[in-house]
Amino acid sequence: MTTLTTERTGPRTAAPAPRGERPPRAGRVALHVFLIGTCVVWLLPLLYAFYTALRPYADTQRLGYVSVGGHYGFGNFTAAWDQAQLLHYFWNSVIITVPALVITLWLSSMVAFVVARFNFKVNIALLMLFTAGNLLPQQALITPLFKMYQLIPLPEWLAASGKLDDSFLGLILIHVAFQTGFCAFVLSNYMRTIPKELGEAALVDGASAWRQYWQLVLPLCRPVLAALATLEFTWIYNDFFWATVLMQTGSNRPITAALNNLQGQFFVNNNLISAAALIVAVPTLVVFFALQKQFVSGLTLGANKG
Amino acid sequence: MTVVDGAAAPRTTPPKTKRRHLKQLTARDRVSLSLMAGIPTLLTVAFVWVPALASIVLSFSSWTGFGDFSTIQWVGTENYKNIFTIYPPFDPAIEHNLIWLAVFFVLPAPFGLFLAVQLDKQIRFSRIYQSVLFLPVVLSLALIGFMTELIFSPTQGLINNLTGHADHHVIDWMGNPHLNIWAVMIMACWRQAGYVMVLFLAGLKSVDPSQKEAAALDGANGSQTFRHVVWPALRPINVVVLVITVIESLRAFDIVYVINKGTNGLELLSVLVTDNIVGEASRIGFGSALATILLVISLAFIVPYLISMFRKDERE
Repeated sequence: MTTLTTERTGPRTAAPAPRGERPPRAGRVALHVFLIGTCVVWLLPLLYAFYTALRPYADTQRLGYVSVGGHYGFGNFTAAWDQAQLLHYFWNSVIITVPALVITLWLSSMVAFVVARFNFKVNIALLMLFTAGNLLPQQALITPLFKMYQLIPLPEWLAASGKLDDSFLGLILIHVAFQTGFCAFVLSNYMRTIPKELGEAALVDGASAWRQYWQLVLPLCRPVLAALATLEFTWIYNDFFWATVLMQTGSNRPITAALNNLQGQFFVNNNLISAAALIVAVPTLVVFFALQKQFVSGLTLGANKG
Repeated sequence: MTVVDGAAAPRTTPPKTKRRHLKQLTARDRVSLSLMAGIPTLLTVAFVWVPALASIVLSFSSWTGFGDFSTIQWVGTENYKNIFTIYPPFDPAIEHNLIWLAVFFVLPAPFGLFLAVQLDKQIRFSRIYQSVLFLPVVLSLALIGFMTELIFSPTQGLINNLTGHADHHVIDWMGNPHLNIWAVMIMACWRQAGYVMVLFLAGLKSVDPSQKEAAALDGANGSQTFRHVVWPALRPINVVVLVITVIESLRAFDIVYVINKGTNGLELLSVLVTDNIVGEASRIGFGSALATILLVISLAFIVPYLISMFRKDERE
């Protein structure tokens, strides 16, 4: 299984081999024109949202949304930030996303280590259980899960609701349970490519299985962990469904799900909603621009799985 | 693929039995390995697989979700009968899910492949193009739902204003139940194409360049090379894209829920499941039956995919 496309072809891409034919000059010009056109169309929705956000509501009422003129400024951004209490919702997202991300990577790396480095009979079955779980539509399990969450009690210091339902822990747990599948699959494929002699040497030195995992395999997995972390960050941060259903208290929702409430709150003021929506997108955009390489290799790593 | 043997035997003894090392592991190692695999497994089973199976069991019951399990009444296949006969939103939901699937197959999948092939050619700025086209994938679907309104709103939206339909002959993209699904589809495809593109780009990287060169030397033109060298090499990626396309269209939810909670022309199976458990009329049994239908459809695609993938793995 060639899942680690980028990683394995690393040397090849490092020394630029003649990959893909170089089109003739006229063809190249046409290609650039086409790609630039496509990119402009691709950016248009975002740029339009940004343009709308820059204009005061009064101006767009007077001139129409698709118009030029009036005032431009960042007033909507500051107004949205204050009125929609975006800081509060951002904090909710942090409380949910950071632990979910860390626990997912940690647990999935442990499963992957066992599955990839040892030859137990249950390995394939185990990996299938995880991978299939991650491919299920969330809605296929929400009904009993919802009821289950309402029945599991939590101490009050963990959840104001006293239940797993409507608690941060509940959201973290479902993210971890759901996302471990994808990460375990990708990581196990990666770990198989680590030469077994390394493990043998460690064992000769008397290292335990845990030490092999913690001090040998895990540090070698740093690139793939970085790729997975960026991907999982956007998936967990962008989650809408779990948060909408499992978090009844609106003020406890993470920011993406809270955006839905804001829409009702601001009603027709599209300028303000645009600004709020763009602020909400900032973390993923920052991560995207900072870690583009990781993104692409992250998807590439899982490419043979999905 | 050879699985690495944790407990290495000395080189002198050829590894005969596959499970030999199990005995060589110390008791402590065995405990830690079981915990390392066991805890995540327990979590996934408890929060993913138990609810998935419970969906099937509860689908044969009528339960409001109030009271304990003794209040569950078993009604056989009545929920399914009702869904297929007297539940008005079911037919439109199925229809919309199918539209979603068909459109995803016809538009973003081939277009994503086309973009990937173009970007794989040695041209300048390839990375920039790639980034722009991938950008929507990192945006949340809820946000894209909101942007759909900004663009397709009848009097204030971008489309109607640009085409002169804002004042007279207003096209009600969002309110007309025959039109809104298509407006939503455009935005969903906007995101999906970038996703598919990256997957195909990854696949193209694994195509052996020397094969392409050989084809070029044999006098094959671009489309011939693609048909006989690139396309066959992309087969594993095609399967991935197929599964992603099916799964993503079954999972579709956020966009329509943000726009109008998935009503009035935007019904989807996922929305119907949600409607039956959240809100005042909590119908656990009925919602579970809908969820089971969704589960069966998706498993019909997931299981053969996994089997073929892991069978190949075992052979190696």
